[in-house]
Amino acid sequence: MELTSPAFKANAARALQDAQLQKALGNVEKGFVAKRAAARQALPEFEALRDQGRALKTHVLEHLDLYLEAYEAKVKASGGHVHWAESAEQAREIILDICRKAEAKTVTKGKSMISEEIDLNTFLEENGIEAVETDLGEYIIQLRHEHPSHIIAPAIHLNKEQVEEDFRRVHTHLPDSRDLSEPVALLSEARAVLRQRYFEADVGITGANFLIAETGSSVIVTNEGNGDLTQSLARVHVVVASIEKIVPTLEDCASILRLLARSATGQDMSVYTTFSTGPRRPEDEDGPEAYHVVLIDNGRTAMLGSEFEEMLRCIRCGACMNHCPVYHAVGGHAYGSVYPGPMGAVLTPSLNGINRSGHLPNASTFCGRCESVCPMKIPLPKMMRHWREREFEKNLTPAATRYGLGFWAFFAKRPALYRRAAGLGMRLLSAFGGEKRRLSRLPLAGGWTDFRDMPAPEGETFVAAFNRQRGA
Amino acid sequence: MTDMPPEAASPRVGLFATCLVDLFRPSVGFSAVKLLEEAGCRVEVPMAQTCCGQPAYNSGDRADAADLARQVIEVFEGFDYVVAPSGSCAAMLKKHYPELLSGDARWAERAERFSDKVFELVSFLTDIRKVVRVEAAYQGSVTYHDSCSGLRELGISAQPRKLLATVEGLELREMKDSDICCGFGGTFCIKYSDISNAIVSKKTVNIEASGADLLLAGDMGCLMNMAGKLKREGSAIEVRHVAEVLAGMTDRPPIAGTASRRER
Amino acid sequence: MDSRTAILSKIKATRDRRDETARRAAVESRLARPVAGLIPARGQLDPEGRIALFLDMIERTGATHERTAGAEDVPALAARYLRERNLPARLKRGTDPRLKAMGFEREAALSLTEGPSDGSDLAAISHADFAIAETGTLMLLSGPDNPVTLTFLPEHHIVVVRAEDVGGDMEAALARLRMLKGKETMPRTVNFVSGPSRSADIEQTILLGAHGPRALHVIVVG
Repeated sequence: MELTSPAFKANAARALQDAQLQKALGNVEKGFVAKRAAARQALPEFEALRDQGRALKTHVLEHLDLYLEAYEAKVKASGGHVHWAESAEQAREIILDICRKAEAKTVTKGKSMISEEIDLNTFLEENGIEAVETDLGEYIIQLRHEHPSHIIAPAIHLNKEQVEEDFRRVHTHLPDSRDLSEPVALLSEARAVLRQRYFEADVGITGANFLIAETGSSVIVTNEGNGDLTQSLARVHVVVASIEKIVPTLEDCASILRLLARSATGQDMSVYTTFSTGPRRPEDEDGPEAYHVVLIDNGRTAMLGSEFEEMLRCIRCGACMNHCPVYHAVGGHAYGSVYPGPMGAVLTPSLNGINRSGHLPNASTFCGRCESVCPMKIPLPKMMRHWREREFEKNLTPAATRYGLGFWAFFAKRPALYRRAAGLGMRLLSAFGGEKRRLSRLPLAGGWTDFRDMPAPEGETFVAAFNRQRGA
Repeated sequence: MTDMPPEAASPRVGLFATCLVDLFRPSVGFSAVKLLEEAGCRVEVPMAQTCCGQPAYNSGDRADAADLARQVIEVFEGFDYVVAPSGSCAAMLKKHYPELLSGDARWAERAERFSDKVFELVSFLTDIRKVVRVEAAYQGSVTYHDSCSGLRELGISAQPRKLLATVEGLELREMKDSDICCGFGGTFCIKYSDISNAIVSKKTVNIEASGADLLLAGDMGCLMNMAGKLKREGSAIEVRHVAEVLAGMTDRPPIAGTASRRER
Repeated sequence: MDSRTAILSKIKATRDRRDETARRAAVESRLARPVAGLIPARGQLDPEGRIALFLDMIERTGATHERTAGAEDVPALAARYLRERNLPARLKRGTDPRLKAMGFEREAALSLTEGPSDGSDLAAISHADFAIAETGTLMLLSGPDNPVTLTFLPEHHIVVVRAEDVGGDMEAALARLRMLKGKETMPRTVNFVSGPSRSADIEQTILLGAHGPRALHVIVVG
C-alpha cells in the first residue's frame, strides 16, 4: 500500500471531521476495552502469564536462528516446503512462483497482516491471479479497495450502512429488493458468496499466529473459520509468516494462547485454533496436497540487537490500539501505514524508515496505557521515544520544535538567568490574565489557545516567593 | 520513635516544585510545603531548580535532557528525600534519569542512588510518611483525574483517594474513565493540537457527567489542559491541584479562574 | 548468498554467541523435553468438576450440549437434535470406529453418509479426542476418522466427547495428542474448537455462523 504516514496531520484532521468514522470508532472504545478487562479479571494468573510470555519470547529471540533451523527441519520431515524471503519483493516472487506452478487462477486468503505488509494482493492481481479475502472484515474492505484500519478488526472504521451499500454495489446477481438492514443479513450474504470461492480456489494463503519449532506446525487463530476453509479446500496451502512467529514447543504455544484472545477480543480462546503440519496424509480424504511456508524477514533482522528488538515479541493482538486515546480519536487509516496505533508507531519506522514515518512515534501522549495492556509487556512508549531520538540525531525534528527546545534549554540550564526571566515573564502574563485568571489568545501558543484557554499564572514564581518569605 | 534514625523522624526534604507549579501555580508549592511540614519534614526549596528536562527527553533531545538531569541531581542529591507535586516529573527523576544516564560511567550510579530518594507528593505522604488523614475541610463534591505518569509509572491511584476521604465535608464523585489520558501529553498538545482537543473534549464530558463542583488531579500539565478546556466550554466546574484541597488552601482563585457565564 | 543463509547469518551476527555450545544445548533440551508453563487454577478440578466447567464454558460461546450415560444413546440424540430443529434427517460422519460402534443403523429414519464434506451437508457428526474445561474447547484430529471438512462446512456440527476425555487444560490435551500420535508426530491438523463460528466484523456485533457451522452441539458420553 502507499504509505501516507507523512500526511498524518492531514489524515488525522480529516478523520476528526468524519462523522461516520467517529461513530464507528466508538465501538472500539466501548467493546474491546471492557471485554479485555472482564477476561483479565476472570483469570487471576493473567499478570503472571504476561511475565511468562515476555520471558518466553525473549528466549526465542535470543535463539532465533537455532529455532528457525529446527522448525525448518520439522516442516520438511512432515512433507512441507520452506522458503526464505529477505524482503517483501522476494516473498511476493516466491508466492507467485508457487501459484504459477499450481496453475492457480484464484487464490483464497485467510486474514494475514504480513500479506498486507508485502502488499501481496496487488501483486497477484497484476500477475493475473485473483486474490479473494475470506475474513468478513477483510472481504468488506477489499470490496472498497481499502486497507485494514485495525490489525484484528480490519473493517472497524465502517458502519453497517456502508457495508450494505458495498454489497449492493458488488453482489449484483442478487435481487435489489433483499433486506440487508441487519448485520446478520450482511453476514449470511457474505457467507454464501464466499462459500463458492473456497471451492474454486487453487491456492489458499494464510498467515500464522505461531510457528512451532518442535513439530514444524503453523498455527492460525480465527473466529470465523475462514482460515480453515482457505487452507483445507485449496489444493495448495501457503503459509506466510515473519520469522519472529516462532515458539519452541506445543506447550509454549499453549502459554501464549492464554494471552492472545483475552488481550484481543476478551475471549478465553478464539473459536478456532488450528495447528497445521504438512500436506494431507496418504490416508486423508481432505486437506491440501501441498504445504508451503514462506518465512519473511523484511526488516526484522535489522531490529535484532537494536533498541527495537523487544518489538519482535509482538503477537499482533491489537490491545495497544484498542486502548490508545489517539487511535480512538483518529482511527487506523490516519496512520497511513500497514500497522496502526502504538505497535505501528514503533514497527512502521523500522520497516519503512523514520524519515517517512516520523509523525507516528510523535503522535502519542505517552499515556502508557498501551504498555500496561500489552500481553508481551513491550515498552511501546520507550521505543517511540527512541524513534524521536533517532529523528533528533538525524536532524529530522521540525525546525520550530528544535528552535523552541533550544531556547527553552538555554534558560533551563542557567538557573539564575531562568529565575530572572521567569519572574518577569510570569508577572506580565499574570497581569494579562486579569480578573478572569485566563487568556483566550496568546502569541506563539495558537496550538493551545485555538481550542482551550490558557490559565494565567498567579504572579510571583513559587521558588522565589517561598525563599523570600522564609528569608533564605 | 526511638528506633527511628533522626532523618526518619524529621527528614530533610528537597521540594522539586516542577516548572509549571513554579511558574503558574505557586499555591500548589505552598500547599505541598504545608503538607510536608505537617508530616514532620523539614522542607527546602532550592533556588537553582528549573525543569526536570521532560520537554527535551520526550522530543528526542537526550543531550539537553541529560544536562538537566545532572543539574537536578547535583542540586537535590544531598536531601534525604526529593518530593515533587507531579507524577510525571517525579517519574522523570525516579524512572528516567537512571535510564538517561546509564551510559555515563560517572553518573549512572549517582542517578540510581538519587532515584531511590524521589517521590511524588501524595504517595510520599501516605506510603513513606504513613499519613492516614489530613486536617482540611472542603464543602463540596470533587472528582479526581488519574494523571497517566503517576498512575502507570508510579502506581498512584488509591493514595490520593484515601486522603481525600479524610477531608471534612468533601464528597468524591468518580468520573467515568478517570484513568484515561486527558490529551495533554506535554508537547503533544501543541504539535497535534486537534487530536489533543478531541481527547480532552471526551474528558470534559466525563468530568461534567460526574456532577462534581471541583476537578482535582496531581499534575499541573493535565490540570491546565482540562481547566483551559472547561473554561473555553463555559463550564462552571472549578479546577485545582489535589494538594491544595488536602492542605486546606483553597482560598486562592482556582486554576484558570471561575466561570464568567454560569451554565448550571 | 541464498536468502536462507543471509537471514540466518544476520540473526547470528546480532546474538550473543560467546557460548555457542550452551546456546545449542538450551534449544535442544527445550525441544526434546517440552515443559508446561504456568497452568491456571481454573481447570484444576475433579473429573465431574471439569465436565461441569467445560459445559459451562462452551455454553457461553453459544454452543448447546447434553450428556448421556452410554455411547449407544448418541444416534437417537443426534436424530432428535435434527428433528427439533426441523432439519432433514441426514448426517455425515467419518470412519471413526467409536462413532461406527454406536449403532446408527438403529435410527431407521436417519440417513447416514460417510466421508469428507463437499459443502452440501447440512449436518455432520464428529468424535473429539479431548476436551478442555478451562476454556470450553474441543480437540479434533484430522484424518479419515473425522475429516476436517466436517468441522467447517456443515451448518450444524455435532461433536461427541467421552466424559473421561474432558481434561483441565490445553497442556493435558497436548499430552493426550502425544500419547495418541507419538512425540513430534502430528496429524495434518489439530483443531481446537471453542463454540460455533462467529464474527464481530460488522460494528462489533457478535454474530454466529460466519463461515463455519452456525450451531455446535456437544454430546458428552459417560
